[in-house]
Amino acid sequence: MSTPSKVQQVETVTIRFVGDSGDGMQLTGTEFTRANALAGTDLATFPDYPAEIRAPAGSLSGVSGYQVNFGSREIHTPGDAPDVLVAMNPAALKTNLPDLRAGGMLIVNKGAFNASNLEKADYKSNPLDDEALKHAYKVLSIDMSMLTDHALEGSGLSSKETARCRNYFALGLMYWLYSRPMEQQLEQIQKKFGKKPQFVEANQKVFKAGYAFGETVEVGLQRYEVPASKLPPGTYRTVTGNFAVALGFATVAKLTGKQVFLGSYPITPATEILQEMSYFKEHGVVTYQAEDEIAGIGSAIGASFGGALGCTTTSGPGLALKAEMMGLAVIAELPLVIVNVQRGGPSTGMPTKTEQSDLLVALFGRHGEAPMPVLAAQSPADCFWAAIEAMKIATKWMTPVLLLTDGYLGNGSEPFKVPLAGELPKFEVKYQTTPNHDGAYMPYKRDAKLIRPWAIPGTPGLEHRIGGLEKDSMSGMVSYDGMNHERMVLTRAQKIANVVEDVPDVQVFGKPSGDVLLVSWGGTFGSVRGAAEQLQGQGKAVSHVHLRWLNPLPKNLAAVMKGFKKIMVPEVNNGQLAFYLRGMFPGVDPVQFNRINGKPIKIAELASKVLEVL
Amino acid sequence: MATENTSLPVYSKKDFESGVDPRWCPGCGDFSIINQVQKALPAVGRKREDIVFISGIGCSSRFPYYMNNYGMHTLHGRAPSFASGLKVSRPELMVWVVTGDGDALAIGGNHFIHAMRRNIDLKLLLFNNRIYGLTKGQVSPTSEIGKKTKTTPHGSPDAPFNPPALAIGSGATFVARSIDVEGAHLGLVLKAAAEHKGSCFTEIYQNCPVFNDGAYTSITEKSVKADALLRMEHGKPLLYGKDNKKGIRFNAKTAELEVVTVGEHGVTEPDVLVHDAKRDDPTMAFMLANLALKPGFPTPIGVFRDVSRPTAEELTWDMINAAKAKKGDVDVLKLIAGSDTWQIK
Repeated sequence: MSTPSKVQQVETVTIRFVGDSGDGMQLTGTEFTRANALAGTDLATFPDYPAEIRAPAGSLSGVSGYQVNFGSREIHTPGDAPDVLVAMNPAALKTNLPDLRAGGMLIVNKGAFNASNLEKADYKSNPLDDEALKHAYKVLSIDMSMLTDHALEGSGLSSKETARCRNYFALGLMYWLYSRPMEQQLEQIQKKFGKKPQFVEANQKVFKAGYAFGETVEVGLQRYEVPASKLPPGTYRTVTGNFAVALGFATVAKLTGKQVFLGSYPITPATEILQEMSYFKEHGVVTYQAEDEIAGIGSAIGASFGGALGCTTTSGPGLALKAEMMGLAVIAELPLVIVNVQRGGPSTGMPTKTEQSDLLVALFGRHGEAPMPVLAAQSPADCFWAAIEAMKIATKWMTPVLLLTDGYLGNGSEPFKVPLAGELPKFEVKYQTTPNHDGAYMPYKRDAKLIRPWAIPGTPGLEHRIGGLEKDSMSGMVSYDGMNHERMVLTRAQKIANVVEDVPDVQVFGKPSGDVLLVSWGGTFGSVRGAAEQLQGQGKAVSHVHLRWLNPLPKNLAAVMKGFKKIMVPEVNNGQLAFYLRGMFPGVDPVQFNRINGKPIKIAELASKVLEVL
Repeated sequence: MATENTSLPVYSKKDFESGVDPRWCPGCGDFSIINQVQKALPAVGRKREDIVFISGIGCSSRFPYYMNNYGMHTLHGRAPSFASGLKVSRPELMVWVVTGDGDALAIGGNHFIHAMRRNIDLKLLLFNNRIYGLTKGQVSPTSEIGKKTKTTPHGSPDAPFNPPALAIGSGATFVARSIDVEGAHLGLVLKAAAEHKGSCFTEIYQNCPVFNDGAYTSITEKSVKADALLRMEHGKPLLYGKDNKKGIRFNAKTAELEVVTVGEHGVTEPDVLVHDAKRDDPTMAFMLANLALKPGFPTPIGVFRDVSRPTAEELTWDMINAAKAKKGDVDVLKLIAGSDTWQIK
């Protein structure tokens, strides 16, 4: 028996679990994340999985991964390079080893490194026998397959069922390595598999075996502890961005007492929002899975015409299909929120990989003069607040609103501080119930902010007809009068411009003037904030502003940018915000930093780029 | 928001006229159709403000502007999607969809078949003039093979849809056909449509005097219509013809419908098929619907199918109400917190 290892405290650690699609890596990752959340660390996660549901077992294309970064200080991203890589088969090792930090810890399931799996991963020889590997990393090679089989001897489970328990061995070992208490995980297994007692027992056994392995293995493993972070006091839960959007919409139904109607069509990586909202029926949410993307938004607009708070969720290709419908919502001036969980494009592109390449289509991707408020969430938890804000703007201003998130935010998770009663916005939705013009109802008679009233079917005396044809500026009846059209185009544009009164000024992170101002939007918030912190720590005159609102842009943005010698725009696209800023602010010519590799920007690569331009 | 429990005002046809003069061409069949709809509505037992008309794009789709109800003129082919969302969201409203052959069956084919199969209580009226009118005369999905139009100068090579057959195949629970010039018949079909609960499809043969004039004269002319039209009535034998001696018989050997004459070749009236619109199995309704395209057969008008099933919106709201009854009114903060939280002090 080895002597109990000393526990070493570390501030942050990044762990990546990788294995075959069928190896349960997403589950292992989320369970380990949960353990760290319960221990009070701050964290961020990044699941990375193939588009194929079941790619050939053991193949390079079938590798599924889950990265979690947790720490006792503020965590902005899922981490650049993993400190620990847990690889369950040769294909997973091959595709992920290049990311492991030099000197990092490599934990492998030796049992999966058989001839067949090695061949599928295109290895000529067993990489675990390679001395160079052992020099470059701290390698812990364990036959998890065999140890799992041993633990489950006599359990009566088939070999296939036994194999499915292996991920709990890895999880148990990680629990031991990072000093997390076993008990809550045993309870969690009970909860998860409660309906099938044989699996409860099996998974608990294997989990304990993994934990015990750490304790008893004779190599003197170093044990670590990541203390709780100094997150603000309060009640926390973990949320993914997609779940947070769903929760935000359900919260809107509660706050307003009005029905939230989601019309949607399944599409990666947005589908979870529809799935999650279908569980919120009792809170005033109605979900409708439409026959296609167009009907998804169409049904939502139909519901909005009826007085519901309509919304639709999609990703890039679906957004393209919804373009004509968005134009109708613009001209009809009905409230609607379109959530676009961006993914790699164009066309089918990379469905499971993240990208920020729909900014310009969000701003301009409709025919005719069809402006629409556009905002973007900055983190998984922020998706909750962004969904509420989008709905608030849509109903107040009688307009469709586009909310941009992305695959990284949608699938990534982080701790979410549950708001207190006073922290939720006041949110009232009102319908017109009386005539507004000499005893008649004029659906396009506006208030001082240019907002039109919302009268809904069932209201006696306010019967009216609207549609996609240009409307008379008062009655809403069809009008082909050129001057009326010009007036309506300008009025709709001015109304959206007026939304700026609800757009908060940008806050500068760092000094209000200096050498470089990093300007970011959407899901890159964490990476860019992390880089800015790092550079400021080195004494560099680098500041950061993050744009939540893309249309209208914050009032003070132009003035803020004037304080810096250079503007730099990091984006996971080919330069869309940079292009937009050049157009909106003549004279501003940002330095671009673009990554289009399906992954979030790494803090280190951005920081070194900033140093180059300084 | 609907006010069903208060008394219903006594309406006349005029109460359903918006006062906007319809902009259809003189002689258009749409005038006759809107006239029948406005005549039918006072008797449907619904308040004016609880009735909504949703349309797509095309000549027929201007319809909502001329009705004094709530209405929305939406996008080409997409009306069923708006109407479905509205009806699921607000089941207490009576929702009509007005569409045409191009709108419903070409660009909107997908929404159409799904609206039919879901069994949402939508009253869909398809004005079939077998031509694109608003774009001035191109071939439509119901134009016959060989039809010469601006886009098919040598004749259309494409087989047309038979709309009631498509609706039956898609699972509609009410399927009917009428004709713009058969006012009284159309009125009765509209009344039956209004009374049905579920996906409700009514094809209305409609003459376009400008781009496809006379499309239906071969069955509507006074001199021919008795022999050309089969007026289906639930529970009555399928008889037609000047002296009502022709009939439709089901030939069990060939599994086909055939035309017979009562009094000839030993045929008696009991041999003639009795129309059963309430039959759950759609096969016979489908066979009848297909007669419209068959040489030697009359064109059936009336109700092909009228069966009762729970509607999608009823099932949706049963689930919502069950969830509400089970879980009660959860406080918003509890909703947000969920069941898996931790404290940081």
